Amino acid sequence: MAVQSDVMEAAGPYDRARALNAFKLGDVTFYWITRICAISVLLILGGIILSLIVGAWPAMKQYGFAFLWTQRWAPSADPPVLGALGPVYGTLVTSFIAMLIAIPVGLGIAIFLTELCPQWLRRPIGIAIELLAGIPSIIYGMWGFFVLGPFLAYTFQPFMISIFDGVPVLGSIFGGPPSYLSLFNAALILAIMVLPFITAISVDVFKTVPPVLKEAAYGVGCTTWEVVRNVVIPYTRVGVIGGIMLALGRALGETMAVTFIIGNSFRITSSIFAPGTTISAAIASEFAESDGLHQSGLILLGLLLFVLTFFVLAAARLMLLRLERKAGK
Amino acid sequence: MNFVKAIVAAGLVAVSTSAFAADITGAGSTFIFPVLSKWADAYKKESGSGVNYQSIGSGAGIKQIQAKTVTFGATDAPLKADQLEKDGLAQWPMIMGAIVPVVNIDGVKAGDMALDGDTLAKIYLGTITKWDDPAIKKLNPKLNLPSAAISVVHRADGSGTTFNFTDYLSKVSADWKSKVGSGTAVEWPVGVGAKGNEGVSGNIGQAKNTIGYVEYAYAKQNKLTYTALVNKAGKTIEPTNEAFQAAASNADWANAPGYYLILTDQPGDKSWPIVASTFILMHKDATDKVASQEALKFFKFAFEKGGKMAEELDYIPMPESVVKQIEKTWSAEIKS
Repeated sequence: MAVQSDVMEAAGPYDRARALNAFKLGDVTFYWITRICAISVLLILGGIILSLIVGAWPAMKQYGFAFLWTQRWAPSADPPVLGALGPVYGTLVTSFIAMLIAIPVGLGIAIFLTELCPQWLRRPIGIAIELLAGIPSIIYGMWGFFVLGPFLAYTFQPFMISIFDGVPVLGSIFGGPPSYLSLFNAALILAIMVLPFITAISVDVFKTVPPVLKEAAYGVGCTTWEVVRNVVIPYTRVGVIGGIMLALGRALGETMAVTFIIGNSFRITSSIFAPGTTISAAIASEFAESDGLHQSGLILLGLLLFVLTFFVLAAARLMLLRLERKAGK
Repeated sequence: MNFVKAIVAAGLVAVSTSAFAADITGAGSTFIFPVLSKWADAYKKESGSGVNYQSIGSGAGIKQIQAKTVTFGATDAPLKADQLEKDGLAQWPMIMGAIVPVVNIDGVKAGDMALDGDTLAKIYLGTITKWDDPAIKKLNPKLNLPSAAISVVHRADGSGTTFNFTDYLSKVSADWKSKVGSGTAVEWPVGVGAKGNEGVSGNIGQAKNTIGYVEYAYAKQNKLTYTALVNKAGKTIEPTNEAFQAAASNADWANAPGYYLILTDQPGDKSWPIVASTFILMHKDATDKVASQEALKFFKFAFEKGGKMAEELDYIPMPESVVKQIEKTWSAEIKS
């Protein structure tokens, strides 16, 4: 209101129409500027997809759908034999294990922080989590390489291998020999890296639960676990799943840290203690010196990661919709 | 008015000198980058023209010179003569370096262990899996080798080092040649991949019972346990500057069209078997002749005065006879 009267005073009472026109012009300009910003996102996205397809075309023509289930990766063969199975397997396995660890721990931290934590401890833990999110991924990679890798290879891995030795299925999943560069190490680092996403977002959404609901639940004699299970989580489901998906997106695409500690091997083995590779790690290590079909194959891998991420996000959306519909009934 | 004129004149002088001192542009091999930048520094002090070199990898360097976006390209894997002909390029070797196998085994010191090409190939093929394998024991009767699994480390990124190493293995092992072959990035049958020479050095320094291959400079600087190798003449050789020089001088550059010669498995009693060289590529009939002459001046400087700088960085300078031949090639092939 104040602004309007100022303008009217400046323009004089007789120029009301002109002043209104000036507003209109401002509105239209603002509308178009924001619209162009929004459209540019679509254009950039479309451009990236298009250039990925163009770059990947020679490899698509050469390998067809067999690219998806070929395990060999022999860029020096003539012609190069390239298959995405190794990197795709590595990407899915590391992300899966990372989420298996990060979701319970991340939610646990968030529940402790919002429901149980004494006031004086809240800030230090909260800040520590935020700092965890601020560490550049190369640092995680170096720490994983120099500290975590050797530690796991001499302690945790031999322990797991000896426990499950001879047990069917589990024996081959936790099969030896221990290695300081492995799928499991990469997954563990990924879990630590995505933890802050899950925790920070969960804390934020947990805070939006109306105290009245929680108090009512406590009032009828619920334990903390029951309150969290039946009030907090159902109320914040959408936000929590959103945080998890954000974390999964980062885990799928994380490059630098993973390249350091995964061992960059294209072979698929049943053991999670064996070296492997992911799509982004493969591209990061090989792109610089690649050419011809090899390069095109790497771009096709990139396109595959794009599609993979898209499907994961789409699946998450679908899951949310179904959950909401169920909740609505 | 005089003042204005002075400013204009100064401006003109600035423009014209900056045109003369235009940077020489090049791109390619990462292997040559450390010594090339040292040469460039010294050359800038002497002549005033700088060299703008982007170490983006050999493959990318070849692409850049084919597209004529740079004055010279540098590659670790030489182009074949017919390819040079097709692109109208001249090629010559600029610098050499050695590649050494490195290991980390308790109780084994640098130079203690000897390996031959066939054993090395079998280790990298995964057919020899333990350090106390009879083949390794036979070469090293005095060493007390552990019965531990060999953990193989190779380069994860495409590289000239890998190209020369796998080329050597292909020459000495028919099995390696048919199953894996040579290239800047190959299908490794076993092992873990690490990024760059520093990545491989880090891995070897870090974990026991490992084996890897790095440029000699990295082995030296990181005090890694290098091994001796049995060369083509059947002699066990330690990696020393003399052994590298011997391999280089025994190489028959004169009869290699387009200097297409890979310096692995060279003859000679004292030759180190895995020596790599980096090649320079330039257009024979460049669109910007001034720039290409400037670049040649720089390379002439590097051959004449850069030998010592190269040795400081553990590279091997080209022998004098080869340099003379290269200079003849310049005047014959590159139009001014």
